[in-house]
Amino acid sequence: MGLEQIFFLILAVLSVGAGLSVILQKSPLYSAFSLIGLFACLAALYVSLQAQFLGAIQIIVYAGAIMVLFIFVIMLLNIRKEESALDKYKYLYILAVPFAITLAAEIIYALRFVQEPTFKTEKPMIGDSQSIGYGLYTTYLMPFELTSILILLAIVGSVVLARREKD
Amino acid sequence: MVPLSWYLALSAVLFTIGAVGVFVKRNVISIFMCIELMLNAVNLTLIAFSSFYREISGQLFVFIVMTVAAAEAGVGLALVIAIFRNRQSLNSDDVDLLKL
Repeated sequence: MGLEQIFFLILAVLSVGAGLSVILQKSPLYSAFSLIGLFACLAALYVSLQAQFLGAIQIIVYAGAIMVLFIFVIMLLNIRKEESALDKYKYLYILAVPFAITLAAEIIYALRFVQEPTFKTEKPMIGDSQSIGYGLYTTYLMPFELTSILILLAIVGSVVLARREKD
Repeated sequence: MVPLSWYLALSAVLFTIGAVGVFVKRNVISIFMCIELMLNAVNLTLIAFSSFYREISGQLFVFIVMTVAAAEAGVGLALVIAIFRNRQSLNSDDVDLLKL
C-alpha cells in the first residue's frame, strides 16, 4: 500500500468520524465544531486530487465564513441541548434498515463495478485559479452571472426575513 | 494512486450520514448542518470525477455549489432567527405549519 492510499485512509477515517460526531452530538455547537473538522479533512482530500484552489476555497468559505455564521447564530440564540428525539419516535428506528441496505449496495457497486476512466489527455490537470477562472469566464459564463443574481436575492431575502416587524 | 472507487465509497458514506442526520435530528440548525454535510459529499464526488477524467468542469460545478451553499446559509439562518423569534423554539415539530 503506497503513501497516497495511507494518506487517503487516514483522512477518510477522520472525516467519517467527524461526520458521525456531527449527528451524534447533543449540542449543536459541538456538531458545528465537528463539521469544521470534516471540512478540513475534505479540503486535504481536494488538494490530493489536484484541486488546490477549491481546497483553499473550502477552508476560506466553508470553514471560515459559513461555519462562523452557524456558530454565531447558535451562540446568539443560546441553544444548549436538544432533547433526544429518537425516544419519542421509536417506530423511526425501522428506517435504519433500508438506509443501511442502500448504503451497503452503493458501496459494493462502487468498489466492484466502477471502471477506472481512461485519461483524456496525458497532461495532468491542475485545478489552480488560472484554469478555474478560464472555465468560469468562457464556457460557464452564463451560470457564473446567474450566481450573482442568486447572491443578490439571498442578501435581500435574509434582510427581509431577519428584520424585526414594526408594530 | 488512490482508486476512484474509494472516493465514491467515502462520498456515499458521508452522504448517508448526512441523510440519516436529517431524519434523526429535530433541531433546525442541526438539520441545516446535515444538509451542508450532504452537499460536501456530493462535492467530493464531483472533484474526484473531475480529477480522474482530467476535466475542469467538475470543479466549476463545485465552485457554483459552494456559492449556492453560502447563499443558502445566509437565508436559512435568517429563517432560523425568524422562527426562534416567533416560537421561542427551534424544534422542527413545533414549526410544521406554514403560518404563524
